[in-house]
Amino acid sequence: MREVRVLEIKQSVFADNDRQADLLRQDLKEKGVFLLNLMSSPGAGKTTTLMRTIEALKDTFKIGVMEADIDSDVDAQTISGAGAKVIQLHTGGMCHLDAEMTRQGLAGLQTDDVELAILENVGNLVCPAEFDTGAVKNAMILSVPEGDDKPLKYPLMFTICDVVLINKIDVMPYFDFDLEKCKEYIRMRNPNAKIIPICAKTGEGIEDWSKWLGEEVRSWHMTK
Amino acid sequence: MHELGVVFHIMDNLEKVAEENQVKGISKVVLELGEVSTVIESYLQNCWKWAIKKRELFAQAQLIVEQLPAVTYCEGCGQTYPTVQYGKICPHCKSPDTWLLQGNEFNIKEIEVY
Repeated sequence: MREVRVLEIKQSVFADNDRQADLLRQDLKEKGVFLLNLMSSPGAGKTTTLMRTIEALKDTFKIGVMEADIDSDVDAQTISGAGAKVIQLHTGGMCHLDAEMTRQGLAGLQTDDVELAILENVGNLVCPAEFDTGAVKNAMILSVPEGDDKPLKYPLMFTICDVVLINKIDVMPYFDFDLEKCKEYIRMRNPNAKIIPICAKTGEGIEDWSKWLGEEVRSWHMTK
Repeated sequence: MHELGVVFHIMDNLEKVAEENQVKGISKVVLELGEVSTVIESYLQNCWKWAIKKRELFAQAQLIVEQLPAVTYCEGCGQTYPTVQYGKICPHCKSPDTWLLQGNEFNIKEIEVY
């Protein structure tokens, strides 16, 4: 009979990733790079919102974008025309990015001349919430067609977000979407989250959003 | 699909542990899983069965999941109550000022190695 030993591990499954993420944040601080982690369900409008964000901030900050998808480079191609440098990351079937993958992505992007790096995470409201990427701030987009009850169904995502963008508000009259109720649900999960209603297609609300982001980037650079 | 990502993450962690401890193989992995941890045990077990065939170290590894019940603490009256049954509002005093005491854990407790 073979000898069997028991090793006590007693550590959170996510402990290792949390450590990597903290290290990455420290490195980014030293290099003067602000990293935003942008999350949402598939089709909520991450790429269109990103296009608007680049348009609004490209004269203020040097921007770099990491597009994370399971496959294809359609998003990276869209972004490359917008005035930011961009790299496509493939997760190889995985449903999220962790801190180590984010570090590799940043290395690939070459951040020497980047002040604002944006990670467009895989479209998914579950897994990205569990894995700290090392980002300075977490943003998520909830689009009107998804329904105002999403904060109840995916509590963790809303708990870890610094800002929630409610997108596609132009179609609100066609959907059973109660904006005030949605804000209330978000605050139940996270009283500190900033909530900004936007329409990436028409540009409505993008000024408020880019102002918030710009201030966050500046204060991160200032406390270097 | 979340569970599969998590399974590979656990295996990555344990491969490092195995290397540090000169382990040939892992025969059992014991996890502690909170009731509201967003991970579903039956999915996890299915993913585990699939994933162990891909990684030699785990070829014979059995996955044991110990469930931890979710308990919420109420700031209003200082009492605790079962989270899943009552949610965010305290059943004793109706206060919404409550927080999760236990139940979102997802820990690797111990492993059996040879």
